[in-house]
Amino acid sequence: MGEPKPNLYSESFHIEGGNFNSAGIVSTSIKSILKKLGIPGDIVRKAAIVSYEAEINVVSYAKKAVVNLTVGPGVVRIEVIDEGQGIPNIDLAMQEGYSTADQRIREMGFGAGMGLCNIKNYSDDFHIESEVGKGTHLKMTIQTP
Amino acid sequence: MNVEAIVAAVGLEVKCGRESLGREVTGGYTGDLLSDVMGHSKEGYLWITRQVHQNIVAVASLKEHAGIILINGCEPAAETLEKAEAEKIPVMVSVLPAFELSGRIYNLLTSPG
Ligand SMILES: Nc1ncnc2c1ncn2[C@@H]1O[C@H](COP(=O)(O)OP(=O)(O)OP(=O)(O)O)[C@@H](O)[C@H]1O
Ligand SMILES: [Mg+2]
Repeated sequence: MGEPKPNLYSESFHIEGGNFNSAGIVSTSIKSILKKLGIPGDIVRKAAIVSYEAEINVVSYAKKAVVNLTVGPGVVRIEVIDEGQGIPNIDLAMQEGYSTADQRIREMGFGAGMGLCNIKNYSDDFHIESEVGKGTHLKMTIQTP
Repeated sequence: MNVEAIVAAVGLEVKCGRESLGREVTGGYTGDLLSDVMGHSKEGYLWITRQVHQNIVAVASLKEHAGIILINGCEPAAETLEKAEAEKIPVMVSVLPAFELSGRIYNLLTSPG
């Protein structure tokens, strides 16, 4: 009560845009960290989904990104700040099925236009901000018991 | 029913991850769009797909799938097998198309007894 409780854990990761061979490495690390911290399985899987979708979007559409993972009492926070083209129309991008993925990305099975919807559906709180020509900033919060 | 029983019943070729064939299968999902599979599949599922690229391993691992089955005799990429072996995820191949394979596995998983 009153006193803010310290974070149990925090770590930052980097994602390189365009590199599909290592795509998924950051979300895999986040998942194993949360598991080791004893976070319940269903929460860990939610965090894995949201971080994976954000990671793939950085690899697909941005130059690079920093991912901040913070685990506090009752909460897992994942923040993804990228440098890249940004999103001109966030409402449109959030629509299921909307995608600007090119042929190369689609051939690997991406580009269904569902990634941002998954992020929204699997996080308890989701914020997205973007500036065209600068980059995109996602904030996802998942509550833990 | 575990993965091994399904391998035997529908005649799958096991490409890697043999050590995990004892894992219980809780269901299945068929799809080639990775974020569709991310959003709709569950842990313990068998994932039926024609995608052979290494990105399928990250999806199966993050979602804790019981295994990946490639349809139509598709050959997995070498990096896919390498990564799947490291993650202990069985990658299997069926000569059947997705519709038929999904139907057979669905029947196995839902038949009583
Ligand atoms: N970090 C980002 N930077 C720039 N544009 C982005 C970013 N993330 C998403 N977008 C834009 O929003 C669209 C929708 O993203 P979303 O993740 O929902 O679907 P997708 O990536 O196209 O396909 P899927 O995620 O289903 O494989 C993208 O096609 C892209 O135009
Ligand atoms: Mg996406």
